[in-house]
Amino acid sequence: MISILTFLPLAGGLIILALARRSRDSARIIAFLFALASLVLAILLWAGFEPSTPGMQFQEWHEWAPSLGIAYHVGVDGLGILMLTLSAIVVLMSLAASWANEKQPSVYFALVLFLESGLFGTFTALNFVHWFIFWELSLIPAFFLVRLWGGPNRARAAAQFFLYTMVGSIALLLAFLALFLATGRFDFVDLANLAQSGQILPSIANNLHWAGSPASIAQGLFWAVFLGFAVKTPVVPFHTWLPAAYAEAPSETTMLLTGAMSKMGVYGFLRILLPIFPQQMQQARTPLLWLAVATIVLPAFAAWAQKDLKRTFAYSSVNHLGYCVLGICAVAQFAGSATEKSAALTGVLLQIFSHGLTAAALFWFIALLERRSGGLRGIDDFGGLRKVVPVFAGLMGIAIFASLGLPGLNGFPGEFLIFKGTFPLATWAASISVLGLLMTAVFLLTVIQKVFSGPVNLRWQTMPDLTFSERVALFPAIALMFLIGLYPQLITGMVHGAVTQWVLTFSQGGHF
Amino acid sequence: MMSYADLLHFTLPEIVVAVAGLLALTLDITVLRKSPLSNRLRSAVIVALIGCVLAIHFLTRAPHSYGLPDGMFVMTPLTHIVQIALLVLAIFTALLARSTTFTGHIGEYIALILFATVAMMFLVATQNLLLIFVALEFLSLSLYILTGFDKQSRQSAEAALKYFLFGGMSAGFLLFGISLLYGLSGSIELTKIAAALSGPTLDPLLLVAIVMVTIGFGFKVAAAPFHLWAPDAYQGAPTVSAGFIASSSKVASFFVFAQVATIALAGATGGGAFHGYSPGWVPVLAIVAALSMILGNLAAIAQTSLRRLLAYSAIGHAGYMLLGLIAHTQQSLSALVYYVITYALASLGAFGVLGALESEGIDRIADLRGLSRRAPGLSFCLLVFLLSLAGIPPLAGFFGKFYIFSAALSAEPHLGLLWLVLLAVAMSAVSLYYYLRVLKQAYVAESPVREPALRIALLTRLTLWTLAALVVLLGCFPGVLLGWIGLG
Amino acid sequence: MLAWTIYLSFAGALAARLAPSKQAARIVALLTALAGLALSLIALAHWHAGDFITVTRVAWIPQLGIEYHLAADGISLTLLLLTGIAATAGILFSWNIEHRTQEFFAFYLVLIGGVYGVFLSFDLFLLFAFYEIAIIPKYFLIAIWGSVPRDASPENRGALREYAAMKLALYSFAGSALVLAGMVAAWSFSHTLSLEALAAYPFPAHFQMWAFPLVFVGFAVLAGMWPFHTWAPTGHAAAPTAASMLLAGVVMKLGAYGCLRVAMMLFPRGLDPWGFHVLGLGSWREVFALLALIGIVYGASVALVQRDFKFVIGYSSVSHMGFVLLGLMTLTQIGLDGAVFQMFSHGIIAGLLFAVVGRMVYDRTHTRDLNELGPMRLAHVIPFAAVTFILAGMASIGLPGFSGFIAEFQVLLGTWRAFPWMVFVAGIGILVGIAFTWRALIKAFFGERESGAAGHHESCPPISLPEKCGAVLLLATTLAAGLFPQVLTNLILPALNSPLFRGLQTGAWR
Repeated sequence: MISILTFLPLAGGLIILALARRSRDSARIIAFLFALASLVLAILLWAGFEPSTPGMQFQEWHEWAPSLGIAYHVGVDGLGILMLTLSAIVVLMSLAASWANEKQPSVYFALVLFLESGLFGTFTALNFVHWFIFWELSLIPAFFLVRLWGGPNRARAAAQFFLYTMVGSIALLLAFLALFLATGRFDFVDLANLAQSGQILPSIANNLHWAGSPASIAQGLFWAVFLGFAVKTPVVPFHTWLPAAYAEAPSETTMLLTGAMSKMGVYGFLRILLPIFPQQMQQARTPLLWLAVATIVLPAFAAWAQKDLKRTFAYSSVNHLGYCVLGICAVAQFAGSATEKSAALTGVLLQIFSHGLTAAALFWFIALLERRSGGLRGIDDFGGLRKVVPVFAGLMGIAIFASLGLPGLNGFPGEFLIFKGTFPLATWAASISVLGLLMTAVFLLTVIQKVFSGPVNLRWQTMPDLTFSERVALFPAIALMFLIGLYPQLITGMVHGAVTQWVLTFSQGGHF
Repeated sequence: MMSYADLLHFTLPEIVVAVAGLLALTLDITVLRKSPLSNRLRSAVIVALIGCVLAIHFLTRAPHSYGLPDGMFVMTPLTHIVQIALLVLAIFTALLARSTTFTGHIGEYIALILFATVAMMFLVATQNLLLIFVALEFLSLSLYILTGFDKQSRQSAEAALKYFLFGGMSAGFLLFGISLLYGLSGSIELTKIAAALSGPTLDPLLLVAIVMVTIGFGFKVAAAPFHLWAPDAYQGAPTVSAGFIASSSKVASFFVFAQVATIALAGATGGGAFHGYSPGWVPVLAIVAALSMILGNLAAIAQTSLRRLLAYSAIGHAGYMLLGLIAHTQQSLSALVYYVITYALASLGAFGVLGALESEGIDRIADLRGLSRRAPGLSFCLLVFLLSLAGIPPLAGFFGKFYIFSAALSAEPHLGLLWLVLLAVAMSAVSLYYYLRVLKQAYVAESPVREPALRIALLTRLTLWTLAALVVLLGCFPGVLLGWIGLG
Repeated sequence: MLAWTIYLSFAGALAARLAPSKQAARIVALLTALAGLALSLIALAHWHAGDFITVTRVAWIPQLGIEYHLAADGISLTLLLLTGIAATAGILFSWNIEHRTQEFFAFYLVLIGGVYGVFLSFDLFLLFAFYEIAIIPKYFLIAIWGSVPRDASPENRGALREYAAMKLALYSFAGSALVLAGMVAAWSFSHTLSLEALAAYPFPAHFQMWAFPLVFVGFAVLAGMWPFHTWAPTGHAAAPTAASMLLAGVVMKLGAYGCLRVAMMLFPRGLDPWGFHVLGLGSWREVFALLALIGIVYGASVALVQRDFKFVIGYSSVSHMGFVLLGLMTLTQIGLDGAVFQMFSHGIIAGLLFAVVGRMVYDRTHTRDLNELGPMRLAHVIPFAAVTFILAGMASIGLPGFSGFIAEFQVLLGTWRAFPWMVFVAGIGILVGIAFTWRALIKAFFGERESGAAGHHESCPPISLPEKCGAVLLLATTLAAGLFPQVLTNLILPALNSPLFRGLQTGAWR
């Protein structure tokens, strides 16, 4: 089932390249159908998932290269299901947004489907090598989407994006190689079990005869893996590739980057760092928390200073993912109550999902705006749009408020739970982060004020409002925002098993 | 005592060759005096062939080992092989001479080649210093004349004069050395000299004798620093003569040098190991060998004339061959014989190719430009010969090098000769450069104008192909020749 | 039966030389190469893990204990497969050679025959003979059919080609001279040259201590080890496409194979510590590992600043071969496995890269200058070439899913175990590798259109069928090896664990 899901978009991309090179219509229809089929499959998985059962479900395991510890091992827990669904939704949104793409549409749609395949693979693989394949391969289509369809500075942005991520990947690879040498395992589940039972340090001591104590080696490996995910998420100060990439990429691609790809980093934190390096995470908790706080606060200020809407939302994206990092880092301690921890982690998962949704929607709106303004997207270029395009302004306002964390919308439950959990666990960090929360409100409201209110910019008096088809396309996304905002149990119930597992790691892990 | 009948019986092969030489001479100046040049050439070559083939026939039928008293005439299986090789080389030389046009004195030319061959056959078959000297001088005289045979060419005359002057001087040194040996030992028979000289200490006078003998033979084998005649002689002499000098005379000279050194001077070998130096002929030769390898190979790089290039490369090869002599084990000597024979084949072949091109006025390396288009077969033969000289497998030259280096290295305990072997290996790497330069012209460079295909006489082509095939076969199946040599 | 790979190649060379027409020569060459590939594949199909197949073993030069001994273990078979594939692809990519076609394919097939011979020889003398046989055709292939930058003047072109060809030949020959010295020395101890016998022969430790570096360096010259690599970029750049493919794809592997099969297998004690330290290095193993490491980083860094597209790939070969040598020096099972895997992988990938650069791009645009290629926007003109290069580049930088990943991954594993600190430097090397591949890709295929530069590309002929076949063959191979590494590791690992390599199976081997 999972394999089918993973390879479905890949097949779709290949079919587009093979059959629909010339025709835009058939290319986008094929792409849309495959993306829709993927979503349906993802929902079927969701429906078939047993939230009460702990551990991985829908597992598939095939021998691949046993002498190298490589196996084809896929499976999902609540986190995986959540990510799959989110990716499928975001890809569908992005396809809908780029429906009118003119420039080499068949290649574009094929790349998007390849990217989706990479995302699905990343979120389901449970063997490092297998996982790494998708982790890396998802980068390639993203790179080309930015490089070929991007704005004027796309060359530099794409290069930065690619090389930064690669640095992280290599660190990740080297660390896992060392881990394999020590334990002989690449399987995430196996490694997590080893970590649970405290066998990683002894095997490092036995098998890696390096200078330095096993603990410090493990610490080094942890930081290397962290680097890999920190670049991807991104965590300040490894974020500098992001604003350029998000701004230069076409908005439809930015939807994918922020909605789905940035989640790969957070996913890595949850799937790999927490279960495999609990002890090391706890030792590094203070610096990690500082980084998380920086990731929340600094981009919020930076977003305020931006003049380009896309850059504003790019920084806002960093800021929002910072909450996730904060939640995860706060949990990484053996002390503390399990309730708070599970609250924080549930919040993190909610935040992942809702941010994916909101950010994708926001960039969609920017895409629509750009199409109407002929590519202009400066924050000062507009004004009073509320009067010219009321429906557009209203819907985008909803999305912005969702991003701001207004109760009733999807942003709220996540952020609330994160702070609820984090305050008792890491009071100082949470307190400083509130500053970030405040700034988020400030710059988002600034956007609303500058773009939608005030005197009407005469240039845009004739700007058309959303067409019917655009409204129809946007409707499900907006509806979903409300749905999650009002009924977060939809997700919390789903991820309960996974959250319990992590919390357990940190309560049992204290024994060794 | 021996009867004359025995003597006749033993030296039958030599006599046959000598008679063939005389016959060619007489036929040419009597019966065929008025015939066209081509006919005279043909009959002379046929006579020479018959003579050589008959001689080979008798040699193969002869008993394995026998000899005359006083070491006058000592036949061993090894001598047999070397004599047969000399005869085969003579056959090839005669065949290549078939298409020469530079002289009208065909009878003399062929006769001289055969006489020189006789001289060499005696040279390798004797272990008597006096006879060695006589045979050597007989050989030298024949070669001087062969070198200067092209009367129209000033170069040829100059080369002959140089060759003669250097040769005469070195003969003087050799004679002096021989007389010292005789004075020290009271004998002219190699084995007896060895017996007389075997003592714990080395007479300083013997050292002088060694140096003198080395100079004498060093001249014959064209080893540095006694090589000065070689480039001029190779360049000036008629091509066939040059090929003959480079092949046959090399084989015979090395063989006799080896005999004198290993038999007569067995008690004065000394040591040439890097850490185990002791006076004797080995260190002297080691220096000569090293000098030859370095000078020959480095000087060859700078040459623009193909013949001079071959001359310098011959000096380098003399250095490698001396390595086999320096090691003076059973194995290294058979390696030496193998090497010198295959070297002679390749060298003769290279000169044969040059001879075939001579009518086109091709002498300098640059003239070879575009050869592979004009004469693909010929340039392939050249490729085989030169690559064999460079030591590229699967050609004979490669195995020769490998064998001689291996034998040299295993001769002394603790790899004593390693320094010399390393030098040789390094220099053979250098040698590829200049051989490739020649082949580059033949294969890579293309002449600006499209020149017609070359017409080469069928016999010459066949001869060269046979030589090339021999070089390839001896390289692929060195065991055959080694098996014969190994009997010795 | 495997011996027929050699005989067929030589026979094919003769047939191609005598072929009546150019097309006939091409077809003969292609059939020969395919036959060789088929023979290797059949052998693969009948292979059982750990097999050691003696193909032919007869006395050859009994006086010297030399045998005509052809045999194959898993390592040989891996490289035979590589040779078959690279040779076939090379012929497909030189389909358009019109100048002295028959001779071209004759030299080409002689080279292939020599390469097959090296990989099959289990007698050192025989191995060396084949090794040298492979050198000479290389010289002629480059000197006659080589490519030179467009801005070279007509009289300069020949000189440039010949310079590269001669440099390559001399480096190779200098290397083989070292090998010859080592071989001669080994013989003077053992009086046999059978690799099996030599591997079991107890050479004195002090002898191994100097014979090992001698032979290793001799072979490593051909493997492009820094600082003896300088022949590689010039040679690769000047060679005709098929020859660069073979040079980088197979001939460099000869060197690496020799390092493993001869230097390390026969003189394992040469890797032991000296007992003292010079500049912090305590054994030949550390010295060569360091050189390999320098090669990785240096090759990649130099490739990063080249203007000539072919030089970029040429230096990348130096960098990638550094991984082979580094893997060998780890002296761990996994590192050596990775090294052999990398030989295979790099052979395929480098072939592919050179095919794109030399055949698909250069033969159409007649320039290799990245700055000139940029404005042509080749991605739009010849998208097939662009896609091929993207995939080849992905494979080359070691993205998972391709063979390069499995190879580098194992080498790095071995290095983690043997020289932990070197992993970081190698990691930097990989990063620089990514950077230069990316740079070349962007500059060559996705340049920005300049005003007035348009219009050139309309004349580009489309990618021909042989080219597509060749590219697909190589891409499929690298993907297959990347996704099913088991096929190759099942060949290599048992061979490494055979008694032949027992001298290496100590310490951290496992």
